[in-house]
Amino acid sequence: MIRKQAESIASSIARRVSGAFGNVYTGLIFFFLYAPIAVLIIFSFNASKSRTIWAGFTLDWYIKLFQDSGIMDAFGTTILVSVLAAAISTVAGTVAAVGLQNLRRRPRSILMAVNNIPITNADIITGVSLMLLFVSAGKLMGFTLGFGTLLMAHITFDLPYVILSVTPKLRQLDKHTFEAAQDLGATPFQAFRKVILPEIRPGVVNGLIIAFTMSIDDFVISYFTAGSRVETLAMAIYSMTRKRINPEINALSTILFVSVLTLLIIVNVRQARQERLAEAAMLKPPEEEV
Amino acid sequence: MKARYISVPYVIWMALFVIAPLILVVIFAFTSEAGGFTLEHFARMSRYVGIFANSLFLALVATAICFAAGYPVAYILARKESVFRRVGMLLIMLPMWMNFLLRTYAWMSLLEDNGLINRFLTFLGLPGISVINTDGAVVIGMVYNFLPFMILPIFSVIEKIDRRTIEAAQDLGANSLVVFRRIIFPLSLPGVLSGITMVFVPSVSTFVISRLLGGGKTLLLGDLIEMQFFGNAYNPYLGSAISLVMMVIVMVSIAIMNRFGEGEEGAMLL
Amino acid sequence: MSKELIRLENCVMEFDGEIVLNSINLSIKDKEFLTLLGPSGCGKTTTLRIIGGFERPTRGDVWFDDVRINDVPPHKRRVNTVFQRYALFTHMNVFENVAFGLRISRTPEAEIRRRVAQMLELVNLPGYEKRQVNSLSGGQQQRVAIARAIVNNPHVLLLDEPLGALDLKLRKEMQTELKRIQQQVGITFVYVTHDQEEALTMSDTVVVMNQGNILQVGTPVDIYNEPQNAFVASFIGESNIIGGIMNKDRLVTFSHQQFDCVDSGFAPDEPVDVVIRPEDLQVVAPEEGQIRGIIRSVVFKGVHYEMMVENSSFTWMVHSTYQRQVGQAVGLRLTPDDIHIMHKS
Repeated sequence: MIRKQAESIASSIARRVSGAFGNVYTGLIFFFLYAPIAVLIIFSFNASKSRTIWAGFTLDWYIKLFQDSGIMDAFGTTILVSVLAAAISTVAGTVAAVGLQNLRRRPRSILMAVNNIPITNADIITGVSLMLLFVSAGKLMGFTLGFGTLLMAHITFDLPYVILSVTPKLRQLDKHTFEAAQDLGATPFQAFRKVILPEIRPGVVNGLIIAFTMSIDDFVISYFTAGSRVETLAMAIYSMTRKRINPEINALSTILFVSVLTLLIIVNVRQARQERLAEAAMLKPPEEEV
Repeated sequence: MKARYISVPYVIWMALFVIAPLILVVIFAFTSEAGGFTLEHFARMSRYVGIFANSLFLALVATAICFAAGYPVAYILARKESVFRRVGMLLIMLPMWMNFLLRTYAWMSLLEDNGLINRFLTFLGLPGISVINTDGAVVIGMVYNFLPFMILPIFSVIEKIDRRTIEAAQDLGANSLVVFRRIIFPLSLPGVLSGITMVFVPSVSTFVISRLLGGGKTLLLGDLIEMQFFGNAYNPYLGSAISLVMMVIVMVSIAIMNRFGEGEEGAMLL
Repeated sequence: MSKELIRLENCVMEFDGEIVLNSINLSIKDKEFLTLLGPSGCGKTTTLRIIGGFERPTRGDVWFDDVRINDVPPHKRRVNTVFQRYALFTHMNVFENVAFGLRISRTPEAEIRRRVAQMLELVNLPGYEKRQVNSLSGGQQQRVAIARAIVNNPHVLLLDEPLGALDLKLRKEMQTELKRIQQQVGITFVYVTHDQEEALTMSDTVVVMNQGNILQVGTPVDIYNEPQNAFVASFIGESNIIGGIMNKDRLVTFSHQQFDCVDSGFAPDEPVDVVIRPEDLQVVAPEEGQIRGIIRSVVFKGVHYEMMVENSSFTWMVHSTYQRQVGQAVGLRLTPDDIHIMHKS
């Protein structure tokens, strides 16, 4: 009896110690992830150009950043290409996912394998291969690398993510849903718009968000396909980091970090609230048969 | 739904912008500068054996560190209550949402000879370390950038393990170590495998990390390819040949991982 | 029963060169409850989908009120369907699900409200308008699916194994319920099932199908009492099917004996299938029976005992309300009425 108790106390102590150890360890990993970002942010307010010595508080770098027409242009390009690529690939990807769903197993699995290539392949290979295509085709058809090729490249690597996030939602759908809507008098187009689309909306929105962030975040593929006249923000940052120490980069990092953080918080608070509502609805027990 | 033809534009797009470019890479890899068929680029590659070896080695080291450091985090977070789980995962993902050039840049200032880390060491009266522009710095950059790619898939697999499986094992007399070794770890393997590919592939192909943190001294496969397309060494044929080899490396590593997973679908990040 | 409403003429359906429907002809009358009955893969669902407009027959014609409707898409047919797993729209509540067809046809809002309420009344779900369909039980979802279809005043309601997902007790309740709804709204129901009991309970007409063919059409009583071949006999209810020889009209040999029967019109000494229902075999003392055997097993089935009686040529399934001992020798009696003769299939 006493031994049993002692054992259980010992094991609970052990669990608590290992739990505490786990928490400390996780804390360390978080420190490793966030310390560099914290340093970046702190030194964006540093009055001197040094990346290591604190010389007082200033907002100069932010002002300089907003006056830097190169960066502002690059920012505009990034937003434009990301919005366009995400929108186009979401529309095209959703439609395509519906079509893929109706293919037979074999062609569908082949297409899904192709769909995964841009996701699993190294970015540099996707970038190089697209560059070869654009340069070769450009020589034949008389165009050069620029915004057009950049946009096409972005659509190419955004599309697979849209397909991947829409397909599971389509699969969850009752296979007769589309027919049911038509049975009730809806034309195929109405059935898609009024029933299928609302049913798969979470997947579509998710695809849009992923596509947009993939585009915003991309550097390597843009680097190979944008040519020399067009520059995205990531490309601008790359050339800045290569040339000189420039606290404008810190200022930019801070702004980006804060925007992402705010966005994430908003999205998650909303999501949590929706989930709670959905849960509440699900928890209401189904009533007995009447 | 009979509307399979509506996927035709997508199929054409993928053929044009995914398949055709890869075919071009293959064609270029076997084309001489004069335009004929050649194997010369592959022969020339023997010069770069050192770079190949170094790239693979650094990527493997980075992957191993990510696994060793990331698995416990994924495991600990996956078993927390839902609020902590959610916040924990957001904290893991948040840095990923910041451009990775900025993340890499952050380490430049930390690792410099008179950077913050060395200042801190000096402050403690310890000798400074010289890390920047070494292989070590490159590995740190890889681990820092890609660690979340290891944690997320493992986390999402462990999180989905049915609690009753664990309880069943305990009921059958397994202690927590046995439960982990015989139940949790095998079940989390798909996540581990996809984590490994998701870290290894970008590590072995990066040129940004080596450029920024290796100071051009550490030349990796990615650098080699990039130089063939943008540097003064301009030679897209050789570049394609090296890309082809890298593609094979990527495919082989994915195939190995799939073999380990015995056809189980790797847990996607999504 | 009144005039013909739907007619399938020589309908053939092929998928990838595989024949699913083998030139079937079927006539469905107005206001009848018709059931397509058969094992899975027999073509019953395909037949239903041809009527609904989701499949076009490879060959043959579909007539609706004497109009050929082969090329009329589903949304233009005055036919509605209750799907197998209901296919409710999960992003809408009960009201919006039922109102869907009315909204598509631009019915005035007040009218929609009135009719949806009326329908929910009909299917016994009054006051459920605001509920999310996911929060309903299987039986309730079933009722919503029926309301959603009937609210559009179709001439025909198609039901594709609608009770398949429900448990036994609920299924029985819904059978009565469906019959009541059909009589109340007075429209044609075409019902697909593989469950013979369901078919016999609810239908005016049962269509037995197998391997793309229609084997028999008739009232439940006809189908049960006068199965036209061994497949129908074995599929509907339980049967002893034994090979025999039709010596001449009204005389058949099986189990090494001659029996009087009521069938005629076979060739002399034609090999036939002899079908005898287990409840028609009467268990008597060995010397009183035409067939003698030993009881090999006795299983209590609730109302009756099911016994297997073995003799030299066959093992007979017998239903009896009296229990007997395993190993006991018994005789089996049967009258000419109990013997059903069928052409070899």
